[in-house]
Amino acid sequence: MLTRENTVNLVLALLLLVAPLAANAFGQPFYVTLATRIAILALAALGLNLALGLGGLVSFGHAAFFGIGGYAAGILSSHALSYEPMIFGLPGTVQMPVIWIVAVIAAGLVALAIGAISLRTSGVYFIMITLAFAQMVYYFAISWPAYGGEDGLSILVRNQFPGLNTMKPLSFFLVCYVVLLAGIGLFALIRASRFGTALQAARQNETRVATVGIHPYRIRLTGFVISAMITALAGALYADLNRFVSPSMLSWHMSGELIVLIILGGTGRLFGPVAGAALYVAFEFALGGLTERWQFFLGLILLGVVLFARGGLLGLLAGKAKHG
Amino acid sequence: MVEPVLQIDNLVKAFGALRATDGVSIDLRPGEIHALIGPNGAGKSTLIHQICGTVRPDSGTIRFAGEDIGALNTAERAQKGLGRTFQVSSLAPEFSALRNVMLAVQAKQGSSFGFFRPVMRDRSLVDPAMAILERVGLADRARLPAAELSHGERRQLEIAMALALQSKAFLLDEPMAGMGPEGSKRLTGFLDALRREAPILLVEHDMDAVFALADRISVLVYGKVIATGTVDEIRSNPTVRTAYLGDHA
Repeated sequence: MLTRENTVNLVLALLLLVAPLAANAFGQPFYVTLATRIAILALAALGLNLALGLGGLVSFGHAAFFGIGGYAAGILSSHALSYEPMIFGLPGTVQMPVIWIVAVIAAGLVALAIGAISLRTSGVYFIMITLAFAQMVYYFAISWPAYGGEDGLSILVRNQFPGLNTMKPLSFFLVCYVVLLAGIGLFALIRASRFGTALQAARQNETRVATVGIHPYRIRLTGFVISAMITALAGALYADLNRFVSPSMLSWHMSGELIVLIILGGTGRLFGPVAGAALYVAFEFALGGLTERWQFFLGLILLGVVLFARGGLLGLLAGKAKHG
Repeated sequence: MVEPVLQIDNLVKAFGALRATDGVSIDLRPGEIHALIGPNGAGKSTLIHQICGTVRPDSGTIRFAGEDIGALNTAERAQKGLGRTFQVSSLAPEFSALRNVMLAVQAKQGSSFGFFRPVMRDRSLVDPAMAILERVGLADRARLPAAELSHGERRQLEIAMALALQSKAFLLDEPMAGMGPEGSKRLTGFLDALRREAPILLVEHDMDAVFALADRISVLVYGKVIATGTVDEIRSNPTVRTAYLGDHA
């Protein structure tokens, strides 16, 4: 049986698929790229939504993981193209699946370190300490000349996926779309699982979780790491979309953007990030063409959402969230 | 003599100049309800917090089920079998009553790191949780979010969660608070039977319930236990009468 939320989700998923297919059929690759951007940003926000929406962990540092994913793609492909081995004599690669694994593991390890320290705090302190760690990564990238420093790193030819020509916008879109759907599926599974139960309970009432004998810290740290891994995967795709990675992917603006996407779409909702990313990119495109100050109007909308529609777009379309 | 389940020896906790717990020694024996009474500000809550591990005592020992639990945190003490309820209901408000109890069941089973199996379709969680809800009389409210339950029902749900942990001792912090006369009566009957499962340390202001239930009573005043004894001993104790009971006795 389809609940109202499932219907909304299904429509969103189909729209995101059909629109670029149609654009491609009408010879409008630009719109395919726009849809790809939506899918990737949605995936990045989906990752954050696991920590923020389910776990209540307002990380203001997820740009670090997004950027680490991007740099994994950039660094691996630059070594592959120049035939220069990396540390330990390991070769680079232009194969996306390998890049994704490296991106996810690297971000997971960094998230383990950042989370282990940050999760000893909560509330505003947690927000600030995650921001501080992300800024450390940002300045590290700027001051490290080997991979472009401030100028960033170009990916001359988009990395490859077995059996596809990823330089075709539609093929690359489909890769991103399938990865996004897989991410959404994983999120749904985790949310309904034992771990998801404990993670959400720790947001609602930490004392309660400890009182039944579950360590909130361990649960949150695990959630934070998984969240970072998903966002890093999106970062690797984003670098391939732009064929360019720079420290701006690591900047605090990016962290803020991801939070904005979640709030626009609906915190903790399965398709909140998709709705938020679609709204954001559509806005950027429609208003960005009219004025450079389009973010002013985005700010007004955000204000409206926070004041009058706390559930975001999903809240408006599908009503209040239901838990088991 | 039977070994007490919970034994507190010479516990001291000071906040600045205020000794909220001033050399408290009490114990909880198998099968009994030991009521802890005292005026507001006597240090009952502080004592409970120390037993549960949310506040560290300055000195003294807390032994539970034969071992010193002073170094353990709240979650570890719960795993040892210390089940508690709160003065103000403490639940996961967005979750249904059922999923709240299932959280306790999953904690008891010791595995919260399952990532893929939906809990609502996991019979090993749903069935025991449902059975406990039935026992506390909440079966027909199982699917309602905890936030939508009445005050009394939330208190029952807390007890259900403590039951799900199959605790070796229950620490009930004012379970009667805010209950109507009918609810208090029903809960009194329930607790009366519960002591056979595990002993209860009962902090309670409702003297009718305390006198009906308690095997022993300890009276806490200004952080000190001024008397411990049976209901009759406490009722006739002149110090207790002036300090606390007044016209109740």
